[in-house]
Amino acid sequence: MSAIAAPPTLSIDGIAVPINGERNLLELIRKTDIDLPTFCYHSDLSVYGACRLCIVDIAGRGIQGACSTAPEPGLVVRTQTEEIREIRKISVELLLANHERECTTCSKSASCQLQDVARRLGINKVRFKAVHEPAEVDRSSPSVTRDPNKCVLCGDCVRFCSEIQGIGAIDFAHRGHDVAVLPAFGNGLGEGECINCGQCAAVCPTGALTPRQEIDEVWKALVDPTKTVVAQIAPAVRIALGELFGMQPGESTRGQMVAALKRLGFKYVYDTAFAADLTVIEESNEFLARKSKAGKLPLFTSCCPAWVKFAEQYFPELLPNLSTCKSPQQMLGALVKELLPQELGVAKKNLVMVSIMPCTAKKFEAKRPEFAHEGVAEVDHVLTTQELARMIEEAGLRFMKLQPESFDMPMGFKTGAGVIFGNSGGVSEAVLRYASEKVTGRKLTNPDIHAVRGEDGLRIVEVPVGDITLKLGIVHGLKNARTLAEKARHGNCDLDIIEVMACPGGCIGGAGQPVSRNPDIRKLRTRGLYDVDKNMELHKSQENHFVTECYQRHLGEIGGRNAHRLLHTHYQNRRRIAGESIELGDGDSAEKLCVNVCTGTTCFLKGSQHILHELLDQVEQEQLHEKVSIHASFCFEQCSHGPTVSVDGKNVPSCTPEAAKNAILQAISEKVP
Amino acid sequence: MRSKSDPECNGRKFVKIFTILEKYERNPSRLVPILQAVQEEYRYLPREVLTYVATALNISPARVFGVATFYSHFATEPRGKHVIRLCNGTACHVKDSIPILEVIRKRLKLEGKKITTDDMMFTVETVACLGACGLAPVVVVNEDVHGEMTPANGLELVEAIIAQELS
Ligand code: SF4
Ligand code: SF4
Ligand code: FES
Repeated sequence: MSAIAAPPTLSIDGIAVPINGERNLLELIRKTDIDLPTFCYHSDLSVYGACRLCIVDIAGRGIQGACSTAPEPGLVVRTQTEEIREIRKISVELLLANHERECTTCSKSASCQLQDVARRLGINKVRFKAVHEPAEVDRSSPSVTRDPNKCVLCGDCVRFCSEIQGIGAIDFAHRGHDVAVLPAFGNGLGEGECINCGQCAAVCPTGALTPRQEIDEVWKALVDPTKTVVAQIAPAVRIALGELFGMQPGESTRGQMVAALKRLGFKYVYDTAFAADLTVIEESNEFLARKSKAGKLPLFTSCCPAWVKFAEQYFPELLPNLSTCKSPQQMLGALVKELLPQELGVAKKNLVMVSIMPCTAKKFEAKRPEFAHEGVAEVDHVLTTQELARMIEEAGLRFMKLQPESFDMPMGFKTGAGVIFGNSGGVSEAVLRYASEKVTGRKLTNPDIHAVRGEDGLRIVEVPVGDITLKLGIVHGLKNARTLAEKARHGNCDLDIIEVMACPGGCIGGAGQPVSRNPDIRKLRTRGLYDVDKNMELHKSQENHFVTECYQRHLGEIGGRNAHRLLHTHYQNRRRIAGESIELGDGDSAEKLCVNVCTGTTCFLKGSQHILHELLDQVEQEQLHEKVSIHASFCFEQCSHGPTVSVDGKNVPSCTPEAAKNAILQAISEKVP
Repeated sequence: MRSKSDPECNGRKFVKIFTILEKYERNPSRLVPILQAVQEEYRYLPREVLTYVATALNISPARVFGVATFYSHFATEPRGKHVIRLCNGTACHVKDSIPILEVIRKRLKLEGKKITTDDMMFTVETVACLGACGLAPVVVVNEDVHGEMTPANGLELVEAIIAQELS
């Protein structure tokens, strides 16, 4: 046997460095422990090469961007020369010139890469004048705040949204001086396709995109003596919060987190994982019923609100495939608002539910109108992990020194199954731990189901359960979800369950988590959650006796009426973009019969263009201009019955050109007195 | 008062979009020629039409908007019947193109950021170098190039159009 040939090398600052399949010079340089500064490089995204900070000097080639140069044997690379230093400084100064430098009031301040780079490069003055006029801050989204005055145009957000989430809610617009990252038509972020995942804010190196803050509202409730404030904490928060107080990523904060919340003034602290156990039971039974009664499969999970909005916008025909289970956040909120007022003798309106989430989309979810009843929301405020850390700091609590406290019972009790909900594959594993016992009637001795664990964004696994084999799809990143959903839409998907989480690695990688540049962060946090599960006594939701008791005392039967009222929900078709209809007749149409043809995505695919065409012909041929005005509209939110045409306010579902024409003729004849 | 548009013209225009989309096989990589063709129909790129194009090409409206605002040739706001473009490239700028712009804007009562008159008759805009520097300063009215302009000639051009429209 011959010895394995040594890999080829190139020289970096005089040191020979082996090339081992790195995609670009930047990766290789970083492996040698030189942290070249960058804004626009992100290993999960495509290479953009715009920030020009990663420049190096290559002998014979001059100054090149390291991110867009392939490593070649024999290259002689220098990362520091007088010229490089000067160019980097100028690049950063130019960015700073146009950047609103209100750092002390910026919520990204502690993790801002622009500040970091400016400090590292020793920038002590800015030699250029601003050429931008201040632009308005966009606060239209419940999840992400957009401050264009702080954008450095690196495009990380644009690429994340389109490459990983497959959406493209924001993009570069205008040119020259006026270039900006904008939602379509310069609208607010809250008005369009954005599904509130917040990942654009997570990758944004500056304060241009930040998770929306709700801290003030929560403080206000906490200091109000008439209010009783109750918290719930999602699984993924406990293994990340500590990162902001000097703990290792993935290290569980255990009792300090609860202690901190109590010190901040929360009366009770519950665990969202309790509701995750409930979700497992409801969702597994929903699945088993569908499986045995040939119901709608694959069953898509519904605990990720970013995915739910995505499905509502792009896959209306799959909404019946979504589990009707609310997310654990909403389940817990609903239970608290149902049970606590009586137990504590407080008025519903004085009970404030605050959830601590790794997620920005949960902020949107909490505001969905169906989750408020008679003006009382199930969840009043959603704080991210980052916001909680900030409140702890503001209160001056020495986090690491706090005496640990435990969650309040009964809704603070959970099993390991509820905890692993926080990472990709966790929901599947939790459901399998339940379903397999239910199907086989035998105890599952080893609860670990390694087949569903993993890091890939799209995993297909088969797991034997008794005599049958269940086929599961597990995805994170909505572009991957789209791949499976497209298959399901076309009826060629033989999966039983599809677990979808929008964020990289699942909730542990949520945009509300501490910002980290550690490349192993997801792995560490995921391991952290599995460790918590390992260290617990109970691993299966069916072993949560407080959940069992909750069914006995309050909910009644699994999947029964009361359970449905409190724990389940429904979905709605949702338009991708706010927009008016296109008037296709002449201007004044007040007196006329108004015909609207939906040209939203679904109806378009179902042939609405053809209908529109025929109707316009009909109007022309039969000289109906005086009587009929035709409009093309965007999405009636009736997609599952598309193509939709509305004639004089009445919808004609599953419309054909003939049906539309008949409806028009009939409506005209009725109008004639 | 003339009516805002012909009765059936909007419908026909829209049908034209279908044809344009089919002609380019709804291929997202042909977005630029598609927008070009749409603008020829509408003289600008209305929002709703851009949304329709995005839907038909299965790309995000933000991307379509981005492309539509990247090229100065495309307009995303309605434009007047007559488009007056003033070159403000280096050559024209040094030969005093700005005073021409100022008199024309004043005559048409265009203030602040407005570039189109309320009656939708005129749009006045500046463009970067039209490649006719030898004739600087240059004014283009609709498709006609006028060279070596002065504020007075510029005004005359505008007056001539107004007179013609009134007759
Ligand atoms: S929050 Fe998510 S969907 Fe919305 S713009 Fe940012 S990355 Fe795109
Ligand atoms: S918003 Fe942030 S991530 Fe997006 S281009 Fe601007 S600086 Fe980069
Ligand atoms: S990282 Fe290479 S140009 Fe930005």
